Amino acid sequence: MSEQHSLRDGVTGEPLTLITAEGQRVDSDTLDPWVNDVGDSFLAGLYEDMVVIRRIDTEATHLQRQGELALWPPLLGQEAAQIGSARALAQDDFVFPSYRENGVAYCRGVNLTDLIRVWRGNASSGWDPYQVNVATPQVIIGAQTLHATGYAMGLVNDGASSATITYFGDGATSQGDVNEAMVFAASFCLPVVFFCQNNHWAISEPVGLQSQVPLAGRAPGFGIPALRVDGNDVLAVLAATRIALDRACSGGGPTFIEAVTYRMGPHTTADDPTRYRDANELEDWKAKDPISRLAALLNSHGMDMEKLDADVAAKADAVASDLRSGCINLPDPEPLDVLPTFSLRIAPG
Amino acid sequence: MTVMTFGRAINAGLRKAMDQDPKVVLMGEDIGKLGGVFRITDGLQKDFGAHRVIDTPLAESGIMGTAVGLAYRGYRPVVEIQFDGFIYPAFDQIVCQVAKLHYRTQGNVKMPITIRVPFGGGIGSPEHHSESPEAYFTHTSGLRVVSVSNPQDAYTMIQQAIASDDPVLYFEPKRRYHTKGEVDEAADLSQAPAVGAASVVTQGSDVTLVTYGPLVSTARDVAIAASDDGVSVEVIDLRSLSPIDFEPLEASVRKTGRLVITHEAAQFGGLGAEIAASITERCFNYLEAAPVRVTGFDIPYPPSKFESHHLPDLDRIMDGIDRAMGRPNSLSALEGK
Repeated sequence: MSEQHSLRDGVTGEPLTLITAEGQRVDSDTLDPWVNDVGDSFLAGLYEDMVVIRRIDTEATHLQRQGELALWPPLLGQEAAQIGSARALAQDDFVFPSYRENGVAYCRGVNLTDLIRVWRGNASSGWDPYQVNVATPQVIIGAQTLHATGYAMGLVNDGASSATITYFGDGATSQGDVNEAMVFAASFCLPVVFFCQNNHWAISEPVGLQSQVPLAGRAPGFGIPALRVDGNDVLAVLAATRIALDRACSGGGPTFIEAVTYRMGPHTTADDPTRYRDANELEDWKAKDPISRLAALLNSHGMDMEKLDADVAAKADAVASDLRSGCINLPDPEPLDVLPTFSLRIAPG
Repeated sequence: MTVMTFGRAINAGLRKAMDQDPKVVLMGEDIGKLGGVFRITDGLQKDFGAHRVIDTPLAESGIMGTAVGLAYRGYRPVVEIQFDGFIYPAFDQIVCQVAKLHYRTQGNVKMPITIRVPFGGGIGSPEHHSESPEAYFTHTSGLRVVSVSNPQDAYTMIQQAIASDDPVLYFEPKRRYHTKGEVDEAADLSQAPAVGAASVVTQGSDVTLVTYGPLVSTARDVAIAASDDGVSVEVIDLRSLSPIDFEPLEASVRKTGRLVITHEAAQFGGLGAEIAASITERCFNYLEAAPVRVTGFDIPYPPSKFESHHLPDLDRIMDGIDRAMGRPNSLSALEGK
């Protein structure tokens, strides 16, 4: 795929797709070469990941409703965007996520209890970023895109051949930091993947309030090639992320991916989307579900779905059980734990 | 010992830090070929390369957020904010990220970022070029804030700031950049005064005068002028604005019983308020008079034709000393004395 092609193709038109909402495998000149190695067993692995993180998400939502978590930001509907991109990453690639990328964190091996530590109110972060190469999730909208850019500058200075990927939503594209990150990444030709999950809603504000053009259409203005993919198509997302990572790791600089998806649930468990969202819209997107379309594809390939579903359900049950027990057995911190052991403003030095 | 200007001393300190640690990188607007608008980074890009002295796009939040990412990667970025009044676009990254990531990650991610800020007035500049925004940052836990007042401290403390695993805002009094002083370039950092330590620069017994940055040299002049009036002034250079090293302040006020604080920044919610409150709490029974603040007025920094009135100078600080001493002063008429 040429640079010129990538600058134009898929930026403003229909999102690039490999698996339709009905589960049909379709061709894409842009994406196909990047997933030639993906067979049914790999697809089954992606299927398992998506089912498991949906189960994690559901369990965490229940834990919030039961008073065990203070808050939870559901990813329901965004499983393909998160799994497809996360499974494209190499171990050395460094992730700078927002607060909703629990599916990405799961793929990177974050401990289940660490996923909910922040949301239970026990700590300000769940894990050591250097153990899993995932930065602590960012709450300030868009701020992490600059951190990914700076880390990528460090990668280049170090002569490393890995990349950073930063996750953000449609709302974040209005933030100055995201735009500044794209300026810096383009000017210094940095190995950054700007992965935008356009889930159509920034709490109650529709994506049309953020932009009058498809979000991917902005990136070429920064000199950054863009890909607009069906974010509910795990295979298309995998392919697009591989394209971006390949460009990043071979000195080609940043790429912007708009994964067009949908936030099926509320912004967080404290939100009430019925106040601002048309129920019909939700129904339309249910028909584009990322998990059911992959099931239909695997089924059409002759996969024993009864067995796969049973295996995957058993795994999801076990994970959910571990998440629950890890959550409810998490001891409250001691009051003095609030003071940092490494602190500032305790004594001059 | 070498005699050099304040600005040259910072340059020499940066050079030494870069020589000693390849992870030290400088970032900012116009800091490369130009050497910065004040020439503080003069020659460094030529000697260390464009990958270590980085001219950035014109976006302060972008610079600061990129520095955060470099720190995540193990670098020690030194960011130049071109002028005090240009720091606000970076405020979010400084307050929400630089200050908090260490705490947020339970110490796993360190933020050894130094933020150099030329600050203060007295150079006849237009708006946004003469501000003293230090109190915005001293109010934020997780940041160290220092201000230097002489070439030796400038040289030593920039290296200490860069070596610190905590983020440091390093406020440079821009109107003193051309002041010359002796600098010991061979000084052993481990033997230098701690970066957080306040320093008694003039000993005295009647009144304690606390200041920092550009007004330290003014305060020295005040001590000389006051001695002609028979008043013995002890001048303390805070050096560190957060945390504040209160012990020498307490010791001084227990001796003098009188406290005057002066800074260019506005009075309301400023460093002077914090020092007055803290010293009152700690030394109430030793105080002979209410602490006095001599500061910039609570107005936006005025056009430069007004700045000689706005900035505390020898006369206004002397007047503050008179208030603390209970001598006739500019407020006497108002107080009916």
